[in-house]
Amino acid sequence: MTSSPDASASASAVRAVPERPDRPFDEPWQARAFALAVLTVQQSGQPWEAFRGRLKRAVAADPDRPYWESWLAALEDLVADLP
Amino acid sequence: MSSTRHHDGPSADPSAPAVRTAALESLLIEKGVIATDTVDAVVDVFENDVGPRNGAQAVARAWVDPGFKERLLADGTAAAAELDFGGLEGEHVVAVENTPEVHNVVVCTLCSCYPWPLLGIPPVWYKSPAYRARVVAEPRAVLREMGLDVPDGVELRVWDSSAEVRYLVLPQRPAGTDGLSEPELAALVTRDSMIGVGQPNSAP
Repeated sequence: MTSSPDASASASAVRAVPERPDRPFDEPWQARAFALAVLTVQQSGQPWEAFRGRLKRAVAADPDRPYWESWLAALEDLVADLP
Repeated sequence: MSSTRHHDGPSADPSAPAVRTAALESLLIEKGVIATDTVDAVVDVFENDVGPRNGAQAVARAWVDPGFKERLLADGTAAAAELDFGGLEGEHVVAVENTPEVHNVVVCTLCSCYPWPLLGIPPVWYKSPAYRARVVAEPRAVLREMGLDVPDGVELRVWDSSAEVRYLVLPQRPAGTDGLSEPELAALVTRDSMIGVGQPNSAP
């Protein structure tokens, strides 16, 4: 028995979940992009929700793009909107 | 700014993520939004200090203290605050309990929402399109691929943390751990067991 939603599996059925290294970042720029977003949101006084919205849009715009590249796109979007 | 797909090329390539990130950092410093040493500090905290050990402590406490367990299941954020764990992405923590009848697994289908104060930054696979899409559609198969067999008689619940809520799985306490101290128990709690794609380690 499963209570999970019965979403379409067809498009993704062949993709394997990647290996499971424990580290959160593959490359140093990812850690810096992460920290830049956290700090910029804090310093600009925006709610974190606002960045998450940008991130979701960036992921939706290119679902197969590597995660931290979507993060970077969201960060660029955020910085472009700074006064 | 290009939103097309690209790969890391020579460092001179202005579309390379590392180059774009460095450019943003320079711009933010120039604007006076941030200072370099604060970036270093945040990176250090998230790479080294915040991690699944906070969540493991909360789980171990719940295993030994029924009152804490009740509070954790009632209000995960407040219970985490009792242990001094809080902050960004920890505002709406909901703990879901594994039992002999129910196994819980967490995903964020939209991006990678995750309870940072308890589990640190999500691992690479959690953020992959494959995990995000497939664990919803075929959770049992995905868990099996990840090395966790959930018997057919056990109900599998998939929690999508896309909205406000950040889920933490409270795994079942391993058998044969009655004599262990709370820190010894915490050492058995793996990050994967708190996402629901694994079990805690067995008693030593």
